[in-house]
Amino acid sequence: MSDNYVPKSAVGKWFNERLPLLDLIYGHLMPYPTPKNLNYFWTFGGILTFCLVTQIITGLVLAMHYVADADLAFASVEHIMRDVNYGWLLRYIHANGASLFFMAVYIHMARSMFYGSYKEPRELIWIIGVFIFLLMIATAFMGYVLPWGQMSFWGATVITNLFSAIPIVGESVTNWLWGGYAVGSPLLTRFFTLHYLMPFLIFALVILHVWALHVPGNNNPEGIDVVKGSQDTVPFHPHYVVKDLFALVVFLIIFAGFVFFVPNLLGHTDNYIQANPLQTPEHIVPEWYFLPFYAILRAVPDKLGGVILMVSAIAILAFLPWLDTSKVRSAKYRPLYKQFVWLFFANTIFLGYLGAQVADGLFLIMGRIATVYYFAHFIVILPLLGYIEKTKPLPKSLSEPVLTKEEKEMLASGATT
Amino acid sequence: MSDKPVTRRNFLYITTGTFTAAGAASLVWPFVDQMNPDASVKALASTEVDLRPIAPGQSITVLWRGKPVFIRRRTTEEISEAKAVSLDELPDPQDDAARAKNPEWLVMVGICTHLGCIPLGQKGEYNGWFCPCHGSHYDTSGRIRKGPAPTNLEIPDYVFLNDNTIKIG
Repeated sequence: MSDNYVPKSAVGKWFNERLPLLDLIYGHLMPYPTPKNLNYFWTFGGILTFCLVTQIITGLVLAMHYVADADLAFASVEHIMRDVNYGWLLRYIHANGASLFFMAVYIHMARSMFYGSYKEPRELIWIIGVFIFLLMIATAFMGYVLPWGQMSFWGATVITNLFSAIPIVGESVTNWLWGGYAVGSPLLTRFFTLHYLMPFLIFALVILHVWALHVPGNNNPEGIDVVKGSQDTVPFHPHYVVKDLFALVVFLIIFAGFVFFVPNLLGHTDNYIQANPLQTPEHIVPEWYFLPFYAILRAVPDKLGGVILMVSAIAILAFLPWLDTSKVRSAKYRPLYKQFVWLFFANTIFLGYLGAQVADGLFLIMGRIATVYYFAHFIVILPLLGYIEKTKPLPKSLSEPVLTKEEKEMLASGATT
Repeated sequence: MSDKPVTRRNFLYITTGTFTAAGAASLVWPFVDQMNPDASVKALASTEVDLRPIAPGQSITVLWRGKPVFIRRRTTEEISEAKAVSLDELPDPQDDAARAKNPEWLVMVGICTHLGCIPLGQKGEYNGWFCPCHGSHYDTSGRIRKGPAPTNLEIPDYVFLNDNTIKIG
């Protein structure tokens, strides 16, 4: 397959000579050389792009029916659910889409951690990814506020109050954010504006993310460098287009399962009660995808300290390429890291479990231990492992680990396979 | 830089750059300030409350600037409990007399100073208020005693217009 796209139609030629857009898209989607051993964990990039586009399209049409005013917002969401044609479907896709977006992004991030995809020369891809994650968090949080239910309102109250922990200017900053002295209409309107804007910023960052990825090319499960155009790579189309599409279909089955059978499973029933500024729900919990960070916030018995630690838990990810001192990328060849990274995943899930519990007694103590371990993974374990771990020998090519003994001998003796 | 003479061109670059930067910076302010509480929000800054219907041991919650304000007519036990506490025991030491102009009436903003939830009345280990969100305990004077909240429940500005009416704000 040639690297340069030659349009077949006269119109295509005319266009491409003046703006080589088709050339650009073709180059990134068709002949782009991809390691031949990518497993299904590498399909989440495509799945995430699908999620983003789904959220933008459903969000766009929901915005045509939604009213961002404290007195009308709750009713307008109920209007979408009951009166608007297929409104229930669009809203359920959008709400569950957010959850599945996070499921996919967590798997995508875990994949990068396991196979060391953030390491040189892919640091910037990872850092752009952390910014995408941050924007996703902000977008999802603001989106959850829009229905103006009890969880929306009190979630917004708790999170905007985090800013009041800033010394001296904290109160002015929160009043500025609220546009008043409490969470109310001005905040709802600005959250709606930003919730609409941010997905487009994410989209722009995704383009940078993919662009930065296509400079060094994909990492792979072996974590070794592959020579572009060698026997170790295959063109993106049709090999990974088909693999990505298959994974997407499986993902869509799960997605449809949520939307059509348990659309409210991941939501909180209290959010079907209209916001009441005079009554706090018994137990405020954020959406499931924020629970690990919520557990970290609550683990600290100090307001400012809790806020700093929660923000650090995300910010520390950006420094991962330098905190991990090992030159070997894939956990397959790092016997100690392989155990620690699974422990880290388990600990993060455990933090998520704790985030959903009442922060008292034993749960609080476990939350503190898990928080300490979360940070220890980054600032103690990862830097040390690079020095003390004895890594396994890396294969010379992607083919080597899967060849039989005879095939290796044949290669060594110079025979052609 | 230092070994080269300052030319007319350098001067023009720096003055142009400075004026552009100052002009741009001054234009940022309207875009920032538009988010601050507006005139209509500020206009709702005070609330008058009739105290006559409240019996000892009862509380009411009124809305002031979009925030709940607790007005509690304390019982004599609660008052003596609040006064008996030694200031050394308090994370945010404040005398009960400094918190209630008239010891019978406790007026305070009903927002947990931790992260803004509404504490539940007559609950918690100190028989005052308890915040269900992150477990802060306040005493009968609304002072923080245990939990993550950093300070006592805030006392708003208020005046007794007469024996039966207060004006908050």
